[in-house]
Amino acid sequence: MNVVVVGHVDHGKSTIIGRLLADTHSIPDGKLEQVKATCTRNAKPFEYAFLLDALKDEQAQGITIDTARSFFKTEKRRYIIIDAPGHIEFLKNMITGASRADAAFIVIDAKEGIQENSRRHGYIMSMLGINQVAVIVNKMDLVGYNEQKFNEIAREYSEFLGRLNLRPVSFIPISAINGVNIGARSTDIAWHKGPTVLEQFDAFELKDSRTSLPFRLPVQDIYKFTEAGDDRRIFAGTISSGTAKVGDEIVFLPSGKTSSIKSIESFNTTEKKKASTGEATGFTLTKQVYVKQGELMVKASDPMPLVGARFRANIFWMGKAPLIREKRYTIKLNATRSSLKLVNIINVIDASDLSSEKNKQQVDRHDVAECILETLRPVAFDLVKDIKFTGRFVIIDNYEIAGAGIILEKVADQDSTLHDYVRDREFSWESGTISPAERAAIYGHGAKFVVFTGDETTTKDIIATELEKQLIHSSFKTYYLRMSNVIRGLDSDIKYGPEEREEHIRRLGELARILTDSGQIFITSVTNVDDYDIKTLQLLNSPHEILVVNIGENKFNSLVPDLNLEAGAKAGAAVEAVFSLLRQKKVLLDFQI
Amino acid sequence: MTHLEKLEALSVHILREAYREFKSLVMLWSIGKDSTVLLWLTRKAFLGHVPFPLLHIDTGYKIPEMIEYRDKFAKAWHLNMLVGENSSALGSHQTFPDGKLNRIECCKALKSEALKHTLSGEWPRKRFDHNLGDYIIDQNVEAFTGVIVGVRADEEGSRSKERYFSPRDKQNDWDIGDQPPELWHQFKTDFAPGTHIRVHPLLDWTELDIWEYIAKENIPIIPLYFNRGDGKRYRSLGCYPCTKPVDSTATDIRGIVEELKTGKFVNIAERAGRDQDKEDGGGLETLRREGYM
Repeated sequence: MNVVVVGHVDHGKSTIIGRLLADTHSIPDGKLEQVKATCTRNAKPFEYAFLLDALKDEQAQGITIDTARSFFKTEKRRYIIIDAPGHIEFLKNMITGASRADAAFIVIDAKEGIQENSRRHGYIMSMLGINQVAVIVNKMDLVGYNEQKFNEIAREYSEFLGRLNLRPVSFIPISAINGVNIGARSTDIAWHKGPTVLEQFDAFELKDSRTSLPFRLPVQDIYKFTEAGDDRRIFAGTISSGTAKVGDEIVFLPSGKTSSIKSIESFNTTEKKKASTGEATGFTLTKQVYVKQGELMVKASDPMPLVGARFRANIFWMGKAPLIREKRYTIKLNATRSSLKLVNIINVIDASDLSSEKNKQQVDRHDVAECILETLRPVAFDLVKDIKFTGRFVIIDNYEIAGAGIILEKVADQDSTLHDYVRDREFSWESGTISPAERAAIYGHGAKFVVFTGDETTTKDIIATELEKQLIHSSFKTYYLRMSNVIRGLDSDIKYGPEEREEHIRRLGELARILTDSGQIFITSVTNVDDYDIKTLQLLNSPHEILVVNIGENKFNSLVPDLNLEAGAKAGAAVEAVFSLLRQKKVLLDFQI
Repeated sequence: MTHLEKLEALSVHILREAYREFKSLVMLWSIGKDSTVLLWLTRKAFLGHVPFPLLHIDTGYKIPEMIEYRDKFAKAWHLNMLVGENSSALGSHQTFPDGKLNRIECCKALKSEALKHTLSGEWPRKRFDHNLGDYIIDQNVEAFTGVIVGVRADEEGSRSKERYFSPRDKQNDWDIGDQPPELWHQFKTDFAPGTHIRVHPLLDWTELDIWEYIAKENIPIIPLYFNRGDGKRYRSLGCYPCTKPVDSTATDIRGIVEELKTGKFVNIAERAGRDQDKEDGGGLETLRREGYM
């Protein structure tokens, strides 16, 4: 069981853990002596906290910089204790530690009372979904083991946690430095009838309600080790909730593709018929479907997750730069990543006192905010109130995890950012005096954006080249643009990778808008595009139209290409098919051919 | 799920995440029990396959049985096995056993430096050619940007603060004060050009967990860990001038587990037999900041 210890700086977290480890003989023999010897050598009095604050910087400054794991066991079970730093500077380290915990101790100094980070940490526990919290009131020796003082703190802090819907399982008065109520009781606090720290460890419950929840498997990867002579196509991932069996009907979201489970794959085990929550497993399917990594695999018989591009979320911001509207971020949600935009800030909450600010224009470091976020393409998720494991995400800014959030509600996304943008662009588009119809009449043909898709790069290039040649020879204003030219020219200021893909697509769409507006037949070919990419190109190219010619296996989810050519299609026949399609679409008129 | 099943699942998840996110990935295999468990977990993650190369840094002072064992399993499991070394230090006898360096300096030269330059591709890498049955100089000199390492948090103070995905800058430096957050199975997998990532799938495992898992899975571990009649066994493997065997009667895995659970080692630090840790207050931390694993 993982248990985190949090609280305000200097309230004694590391001392409590150090003492607990020493009193329960959980420290390797060498270590206590080693730390004591180092203290003697540096003429410092020994402190239990040094056992944990093993890093040089920490001993020098007397604070915990990063979370440390300690290992400890009782008769009942094994524990990993995570010591989280209390200093505000190291809040992201505290979150790292706390997010792994099944239960938490929040430490409050009896003399100093409830401080800013006592409250902030309480808030973060509630946001991280840790609902077993015990509160330790430390340094009781400094207030003469006064029961009334203890009760005051307990009352005030209970009231605060209550506002976060957190009910602490216990309040424990202790003195870590004197070893009071850590492993053993003391006559100094005879009035305390509740558990000691050690007893509380064993009293935490290791609840795992996850197996009774709907089945969710974020598809981490799809393996096929063909070169090693292995033909299995394995959908791999860690089950975040629920159970699945061989034979179960399954659905992938957001694509909506369906199949059923043929086998559960594993190495060095007996044959498995069933896999449950927490297992890092792999499945093969009866019917092969084309699915990308990052989709959510669910059971057809279970309640479905939501699919959408806009949602309301509570986020916690850790980034050095603030979260702003004008910038594109990346969201990592389950096994998927997508480009992300902040649409609107509803409310910024100061986690240290729960006061809120309505009109803030940006989310600063250490702020908690309720906001509307939009992904570039729809993603599958659950609401955190239904299934917390598939309702939370992180936000990447400049290579760093800068924010963490939980999804509260799906928001209708018909009017997405891209639609708004295209509408505005078209509204203020300034045309000359030549209308598209007039241009078409003079040129003798209409304009069109022809996109070749599919995996066969060479075939696409041969066909597109031949199409351009034949159209030009028939006196049609045509231009075939190879994507490699765009990447080296127009796109040379952006990198070529999955994160920048959206920008490449956007520029291509804008370019198409200009070229089709000039009355031309604009041809290009793109690889690895999905439904959303084509919809984006379509939207950006509007009011002009797009023609999609797919070569080889059709990997689109619901989009139907205007023309499907088989793999390795011959250029002559393919060009003939495109010509006939252009005639059908009235781009080319029969008498002109 | 049992304790070991949970540990296994998280490690497998981390390995798969690393494989998905990093195109130029390598796993360090020291031949010791931890990285051998890591190798086994890799076969779990990829259903019997090991889809990235393994790298062994040979200091030239490894116990000879370690090299035999390495090559035996490289063959048996069809591993893409790479070996690197600091040939100039070894050639010019600039080592601790030669009396030219202290233990820490020697570790730095034969391990940290060798590792750094082998990872970057500046120093030659030997690759096991499965057709020839021998090592040849590898033609691929591309730098590895993701390095999977079998360190455990319980080994030593500075390791207890590591991340599962831990960034290193161009100089291989570890900025302990400013580590990335990790939460809800989301790790730092985005990194600026010039930096690279160390991946630590075994961070939550203890020495006892490792042995219990070896027993459960029946992993073929190098026999140096067992007492083979002389009343001694290695608890931690390294170079022979700096690693001493411990007194032990454990002749098999069960014996080792007993020893760790209730017997003589229940409260003795694992690296107690490693001399370089004792040289200054933060010996291993100093080495780790500079790239030691």
